[in-house]
Amino acid sequence: MAELDYRSLVHRCFRCGFCKLTHDYSPVGFNCPMYHRFRLETYSPGGLNWLIRAALLTKSIEWTDHLSEILYSCTMCGNCAEACRFEFGKDMVNMFRQAREDVVETQLGLPKMVSQFLENVYLYGNAFREAREARGDWAAGLPVKQFADGDEYLYYVGCVGSYDSRSRKAARALASLLLKASVSFGILGQEEECDGNEVRLLGEQGLFERQRDRNIEKFKELGVKKIVTLSPHSYNTLKNDYSGEFEVLHYTQLLRDLIRAGTLPVPQRAVGKVTYHDPCFLGRHNGEYDAPREILDSIPGIDLVEMERSRNTAFCCGGGGANFYTGISAKGKEQASNARVWDAVNTGANVLAVACPVCLMTLEDAVKSEGIDDRIIVRDISEILADNK
Amino acid sequence: MEGKGLPAMKDDLIHRDLASIVGEDYASNRPEELFIYSVDSGTEGPRKVDYVVMPKNVDQVQKIVAVANQHRIPITPMGANLTLNGLGLPVNGGIVMDMKRMDRILELNRQRKYVVVEAGVTQGMLGSYLEKNCPELEHSRPEAPPMATIVGNIVIRGHGYLSLRYGNNSHHINGLEVVLPTGEVCNIGAGCVSPWPFCKGPLPDMTGLFCGWNGTTGVITKLSLKLFPKRRMLDVVGYAMDDLELVPELLYQVTHTDMVDNLFVVGFASDTHESHKYVTASITGDLDEEIAYKKAVLKKIAAGYQEGRVRFDYPVWDPLKSRFVEKPPYVTPALAADFERGGGFRYCGAILPVDKIPEAWRKGMEIAHRLGINFSAGIQILGYCHSAMFGYVYPFNRAEEQEVERVRKAMRETNEAVLQMGGIPWKAEVAAQKQIIEKMEPNTHDLMKKIWKALDPNGIMNPGNWCK
Repeated sequence: MAELDYRSLVHRCFRCGFCKLTHDYSPVGFNCPMYHRFRLETYSPGGLNWLIRAALLTKSIEWTDHLSEILYSCTMCGNCAEACRFEFGKDMVNMFRQAREDVVETQLGLPKMVSQFLENVYLYGNAFREAREARGDWAAGLPVKQFADGDEYLYYVGCVGSYDSRSRKAARALASLLLKASVSFGILGQEEECDGNEVRLLGEQGLFERQRDRNIEKFKELGVKKIVTLSPHSYNTLKNDYSGEFEVLHYTQLLRDLIRAGTLPVPQRAVGKVTYHDPCFLGRHNGEYDAPREILDSIPGIDLVEMERSRNTAFCCGGGGANFYTGISAKGKEQASNARVWDAVNTGANVLAVACPVCLMTLEDAVKSEGIDDRIIVRDISEILADNK
Repeated sequence: MEGKGLPAMKDDLIHRDLASIVGEDYASNRPEELFIYSVDSGTEGPRKVDYVVMPKNVDQVQKIVAVANQHRIPITPMGANLTLNGLGLPVNGGIVMDMKRMDRILELNRQRKYVVVEAGVTQGMLGSYLEKNCPELEHSRPEAPPMATIVGNIVIRGHGYLSLRYGNNSHHINGLEVVLPTGEVCNIGAGCVSPWPFCKGPLPDMTGLFCGWNGTTGVITKLSLKLFPKRRMLDVVGYAMDDLELVPELLYQVTHTDMVDNLFVVGFASDTHESHKYVTASITGDLDEEIAYKKAVLKKIAAGYQEGRVRFDYPVWDPLKSRFVEKPPYVTPALAADFERGGGFRYCGAILPVDKIPEAWRKGMEIAHRLGINFSAGIQILGYCHSAMFGYVYPFNRAEEQEVERVRKAMRETNEAVLQMGGIPWKAEVAAQKQIIEKMEPNTHDLMKKIWKALDPNGIMNPGNWCK
């Protein structure tokens, strides 16, 4: 079904505020990460709708740097679309993205860090301004080979798993699991390019299309049929915004199947009490809540406990929509990730399990900045599975 | 843009003062915040706003009030800004004090059946908190979105789903903590003598100084609120009728059974519903037998009307029933905002004698038809038929300015009609406040003025409201 144009929808927002809450109005806290962080009405989905209408449609207020920051503080986590009680609410994230497209198109002005992110992808093929040649360095020392025609899976790592030092460990852990399970796979290494999920969400449709087309061309050239991703962000865009020619799995879906088939052994040692944080682009955006939990449940040494805000009411780590890079929402004591790690601590868990390199990065930073690294550690599910001592 | 606002020369100094109190993130004089806080979801505004500030605690509220006194600038306290009538918008510019960072539920006392909340705690969060921590007790939830604040509802003398049995929600106050316009913190209710805010106490009832005054007398920072028993079972029965004149007597008979917890009348002005009036009565109990008995008694009332003039209806149509039983509350009335696919509705909540319902209904239909706008009625019975809140609901499309203007006109005419009927518009917008005061006995308004003079010598608290 074709997307509806935000211009025909945005005035329908009543600013009633359901979008700030979980759908069961959890008293734990507001569930919109930008509203949680800033608390001014401008930083709520409803406030954003009204600002977009006033600035871009009725022109009753001027475009400013501050307005640009507000628009890009949204992590596109999808809580508003989940919680809104109106029919148009399901389009909320699309409305924000389309408004950003207009801002880019008309060159109204982007926050500096957003421009930098887009420029990095344009020039370097990655968000971090890192050398293309270093993209495959995460796999150093592992017997991981370049994808070749005939391999069953392309292991698509993504920018964060390729370059962020913490997330690289998760990338390596997943590779080791695929090797252990004798999965036929290869990587692109320095040939890999940014998948464009964040680029699209930031409203740079032209750059997104370039990334998408380059990747599709590369995948076809190499004979890729199936893709397994480390990141839910990559999974989201490869699955939903690409050509539909490839079967795309998030790694938790593949590992779940391997465990079910008995091809991948699970650790037998005691891990302790574990709680799982649903990544927005795996959960709310793609409805996959069960695969990660089934993996964790299959490990005998894990006592899996749920946070009050979980599954479709999970609280975003605050890193989505490129905020892990731009830091617009992801800064300060009140940032979402700091509250999220307390959600985890309050379950009594000693491990906060994630299935996303962005969540891994933001939540681990939060554990450190909150000074609770003696109470809980953040681990990617791939790392928990790979740690079979 | 309405409102006088402030001369620009003071801007930086005041902003600096506010930011030093609450932190840079929570004080703004940037155009985006000033715009968002200058409008609400109804048709009022935009109004001039000079500063927005979000305090975290009572100490910060006191300091903000001191700044306002020092510079003689108005303060408008704001909850969720959901009155639809502009009551969260300043009339004369100044500081909007958004209370929603004060969001802690401070105490739940099961035995004494009360909860203490800060001013920014929302209806949804308290309801959810009680559901999880003390499911046998509940508060009187209003028909508002879950972001509406508990204190905001109290300030505007709102009502809720327990107002039939226990009265208007402002009757459920045990005590208040308020910051007076001169900056002192004042504890009202038993808590000013006892360690516990467990009741108002046998003291002069000063809670009334802060309820219904639209923030013109001080800033409520904490509230001790009564909780009530929540029965295990909730069901809804209905009565359908074509004759509007039958409604008041039916309501009298239903409330007289003392078996109903919540009573509404609904109807629509469309061709298909014009002659159809529907009464919903919520019943609660702990046993199947209790519910069955109540249903039987209520059914018998309909049987007393000849030739099916009042038809007992059970089970009630699911979408109608869900308004009362769904968990978490779905809040059907808020969906009126999308009736015209335009993100808005206004309603005049007229507090009327119950016997005025037929006349009020006809007037609403007449106004809506004449102005060519949609109209629906939602009537909540307050007390045991002691009064009714007659909600004239006028949805509009925000993108159609002519339609918005027609709804504004409908509101003016409705307010006038309500006053002529002997009723009083509830949470009246500024224009309606003037209409009310024109009808008010002069000595009454003079008393209000004396109270303002005593409490607020600099006139900083939300001036312009109630002709202050």
